[in-house]
Amino acid sequence: MLETPPLANGGREGLKMTTKDALIKYCLRLGDTSLILGQRMAEWCSNGPTLEEDIALTNLSLDFFGQARTMLSYAGELEGKGKSEDDFAFKRNEREFYNTLLSERPNGHFGDTIARNFLHDAFLYHLYSALRNSKDEIIAAHSAKSIKEVTYHLRHSSEWMVRLGGGTEESHQKIQDSINDLWMFTGDLFAMNEVDEILIKEGIAVNLKDIKKNWDNTVNEVLHRATLQRPEDAYMQSGSLEGRHAECLGHLLAEMQFLPRAYPEATW
Amino acid sequence: MEDAKKLKEFQAKIDAEIKIEPKDWMPEDYRKHLQRQISQHAHSEVIGMQPEGNWISRAPSLRAKVVLLAKIQDEAGHGQYLYSAAETLGKSRDEYIEELQTEKAKYSSIFNYPTLTWADMGAVGWLVDGAAIVNQVSLQRTSYGPYARAMVRICKEESFHQRQGYEIIAHMAQGTPEQKAMAQDALNRFWWPSIMMFGPHDSDSPNTGNATKWKIKRETNDELRQKFIDKTVGQAEIIGLTIPDPDLKWNEARGHYDFGKMDWDEFWNVVKGNGPCNKQRLDHHKKAHAEGKWVREAALTYAHKEKQKQLVA
Ligand SMILES: [Fe+2]
Ligand SMILES: [Fe+2]
Ligand SMILES: [Fe+2]
Repeated sequence: MLETPPLANGGREGLKMTTKDALIKYCLRLGDTSLILGQRMAEWCSNGPTLEEDIALTNLSLDFFGQARTMLSYAGELEGKGKSEDDFAFKRNEREFYNTLLSERPNGHFGDTIARNFLHDAFLYHLYSALRNSKDEIIAAHSAKSIKEVTYHLRHSSEWMVRLGGGTEESHQKIQDSINDLWMFTGDLFAMNEVDEILIKEGIAVNLKDIKKNWDNTVNEVLHRATLQRPEDAYMQSGSLEGRHAECLGHLLAEMQFLPRAYPEATW
Repeated sequence: MEDAKKLKEFQAKIDAEIKIEPKDWMPEDYRKHLQRQISQHAHSEVIGMQPEGNWISRAPSLRAKVVLLAKIQDEAGHGQYLYSAAETLGKSRDEYIEELQTEKAKYSSIFNYPTLTWADMGAVGWLVDGAAIVNQVSLQRTSYGPYARAMVRICKEESFHQRQGYEIIAHMAQGTPEQKAMAQDALNRFWWPSIMMFGPHDSDSPNTGNATKWKIKRETNDELRQKFIDKTVGQAEIIGLTIPDPDLKWNEARGHYDFGKMDWDEFWNVVKGNGPCNKQRLDHHKKAHAEGKWVREAALTYAHKEKQKQLVA
């Protein structure tokens, strides 16, 4: 088995994880998740079902990149080694990314994207709602700003869930299949480890078990309105907390990181 | 008889610089000319999203990524305003898109060239948006009201795009030797197609007759091209890039730059569909449109069902 990547404990092998180490890791989780969702949503540019929807989908992307930049910059600040948002985004390897497994799922067709976003938006909505009360000022401020964006995102994806579920027979079947296919990645959203344990004690992070209850309510309510079935909780994939991802992440990173890796001396 | 009188009134309005509005009477040729021109302009904004979209996933910094993505969104927005302006002439967006996809309507040929390196994001903003601005500033005074107003809105954003593009290429021109080489290569590839964006020489341009009389077109292709060249030469010099035209030199007597011969064979070849990306751009548009069909249908069906429900309730 691979060692946990170096950032996991701030390079202090054998030492107990400090609050700061845990917070850095937490910022990377939030930042990476937004970054990867941003990258995925940007893939919709010039591919939307209408010009209006094209703009709406890439607006989501812009919000996600904004969130990612705040969290990755903060991680660099906390770490204190002069790393920028771009160092984190472009110079880390697959096993050093902590984005949720759901966020990296390929766009597929429009319904797949809407289903992925919906399941994820519901998570981020409740997470950022709660994190507004974080004892860490930056996390609290970031959450207060992000909740406005995420509220809109959740409305956008929920409305499409309802439209596709209640639209044609074809759209109903498609969006039900999308939800079914993505369901096994939802368990990973709520995984917790030592990072959470430390930060919950400090009042910085929140217990994801509580977020899960709220997420269940939102998901059930929207699926009901969309006349869709909630899948059974069968086997759930896991691994994002250890930087263990699906194969698709490596391809996304290879493409995204190409220029800074190919020209390490250059600035842009 | 009736038409002759109307035509006279129409021309009088044009001569008095009064804008023509959608409900006003207009000659059929005026309507047709504008339908063609505005929809072609709208298609260009939309197809133009592809060559730049080609680099979003590979933008070299998060800032660069966000700036590029926001720029492309602006272009989508321009497409929206222009389709709306074109719709005031009595044809729907769907009909215009149908014309694009069946190759009855054209879009700017510049987008049939590939974007091969990141420096092309600089060259496109600097040169392509730069050329578009010169044309669009002139069109702010065009005689058809909705088109003129769309241009006013669009021009503000275009000058941002031009500056952002110039910033990218200027930074690269002062960067590592590889970056500088990419910047020069991008200029080499985009220069001639950019100055040909203004269209054929006035002497070879069959459509300008009525367009000038009706003040759809306020300045000729050659006048606009000269303006663009005059303002761009100095910008290249400042950042140490060389415009790939050995005949380019300042003409004191004319007060303009002289420049070399453009390759019109290449231009017409690309217009006819033989450019490096004509097929790719159109296929991409058709594919996205076809893949979105079930989504558009679902939205329509859902809206219809909701309306029925409200009627029953
Ligand atoms: Fe443009
Ligand atoms: Fe534009
Ligand atoms: Fe532009």
